[in-house]
Amino acid sequence: MEVDQISKRYKNRGGELAALDRISFGVFGHEFLSIIGPSGCGKTSLLMIIGGLVSPSTGTVRIGGRTVHGPYTDLGVVFQQDVLLDWRNVMQNVMIQGEIRGLKRAAFEARARELLRMVGLAGFTRMYPYELSGGMRQRVAICRALLHDPPILLMDEPFGALDALSRDQLNIDLLRLWQDMRMTVLFVTHSITEAIFLSDRVMVMSPRPGRIEAEIPIDLPRPRRLALRQTAAFNDLTREVTAVFEKAGVLRED
Amino acid sequence: MANISEAPSPRDGIPDAARCRRIEFPYAALTLLILLAVWQLATMCLSLPAYLLPSPAIIAADAAANWRLLLYEAGVTSYEILLGFGLSLIVGVPLAVVLAHSRAFERAIYPLIIGSQTIPKVALAPLFLAWFGFGIGPKIIIVVLMAFFPIVSNSVVGLKSLSPEMLNLARSMGATRFQIFRRFQLPNSLPGIFAGMKVAIVLAVIGAVVAEFVGADRGLGYLIMMATADLDVARQFAAIVVLSAIGMVLFAILQQIERRCLPWHISIRRDLVRN
Repeated sequence: MEVDQISKRYKNRGGELAALDRISFGVFGHEFLSIIGPSGCGKTSLLMIIGGLVSPSTGTVRIGGRTVHGPYTDLGVVFQQDVLLDWRNVMQNVMIQGEIRGLKRAAFEARARELLRMVGLAGFTRMYPYELSGGMRQRVAICRALLHDPPILLMDEPFGALDALSRDQLNIDLLRLWQDMRMTVLFVTHSITEAIFLSDRVMVMSPRPGRIEAEIPIDLPRPRRLALRQTAAFNDLTREVTAVFEKAGVLRED
Repeated sequence: MANISEAPSPRDGIPDAARCRRIEFPYAALTLLILLAVWQLATMCLSLPAYLLPSPAIIAADAAANWRLLLYEAGVTSYEILLGFGLSLIVGVPLAVVLAHSRAFERAIYPLIIGSQTIPKVALAPLFLAWFGFGIGPKIIIVVLMAFFPIVSNSVVGLKSLSPEMLNLARSMGATRFQIFRRFQLPNSLPGIFAGMKVAIVLAVIGAVVAEFVGADRGLGYLIMMATADLDVARQFAAIVVLSAIGMVLFAILQQIERRCLPWHISIRRDLVRN
């Protein structure tokens, strides 16, 4: 996947708002790449552009050598809100992905059960979204995004609305799924810890208009456990990302 | 409709909710009984003449004595209400779908629909009488005019309430426009459509009675007019009671359908497992 010179400007009253400024980067197959930046830096726009859901003002996105025009469907998306369909139970919510794509029901039904089991929701398939906690709902959304075994998973601050404990658990669950399925993950977040814990590589973005300030490879050993976050190597990386934000004026300590 | 009307599996929460409702009901009935008792006592103590305010007992006696008549007239009025309401639904929901999908159509039509609502429908009734005569036609037209607007406006709101995220989700799955409508937008709009129907059914009752006031040879509205001419206030009250019973029953039926179709909706569910 290649992102080439992407800019995005939004029109607002009496002018234009530059959201993204000539962003270029490549993503390797099976990579877990996080994009981290302050609120309003255009991270979400960038992700939506990559998915072909929003068109860029300039620049192109190429996936597997093909330029993205319009919604790119060979992927899964997890949004900040879980966007579950309130009128469908957990199982039906996961299966809509297969129904819309016209896949074989027998195959995706089994796959849905398997995915739900992998995230610990095996006993909840007949529950409705309003009966679930925020963490459970987001797990259902992840299963839905993965039902068709997409080679790419786009995640837009998926755990931003969760409490810290649910968030840790979801991080672990997500890494387990990724270890199993080896899809390419683009993960947008504003948590430094989360980005480092999950990723192979972290891209740090500046405030609006969003540019890439730094690109930090994370060569921490896998599989990762939560205790990794207390190690010296992890702290060094945290410091490195923090320093980028300080330099960009996102964090000020005086 | 399979996915939305599927009856939910019995879950812990539902019996709870049902029990809550069963506990609530006698309270309202009790209040009503107390009010009726006060009414009865007031007419007795103040010795009000029955041609001004008959006591509940007198009204009940009149209703009991004339139950065949009341039943027949109620049937006529109910038929008008249901036919008009059904037509409003058949016209209103598809119109809302078009309004929600075409910006141009919405701009061209919607302001006129809203503007037309400022016309008092009661004032149109004599006109329809002149045009269409005494038959059921003008009654149906007036019922539709009353009932159709809340259905259209609430359905439009419901259809437009699809969040951008949900739309993006659908598009990322490669959903066609029809799939987006059928799988996401329509079920998402059902609470709005039901809200519109519940307002509309009450207005439909009013519309039918108004139409019968203006010119009819049957129906509860006609019965009330005749009773007025005879100074038969008890009969008037009996007809009014039957009318409001019709309204309540129709409303309750809609609410039951809503409960069955939308067990997931916030207006129906009791919050259960939030943590």
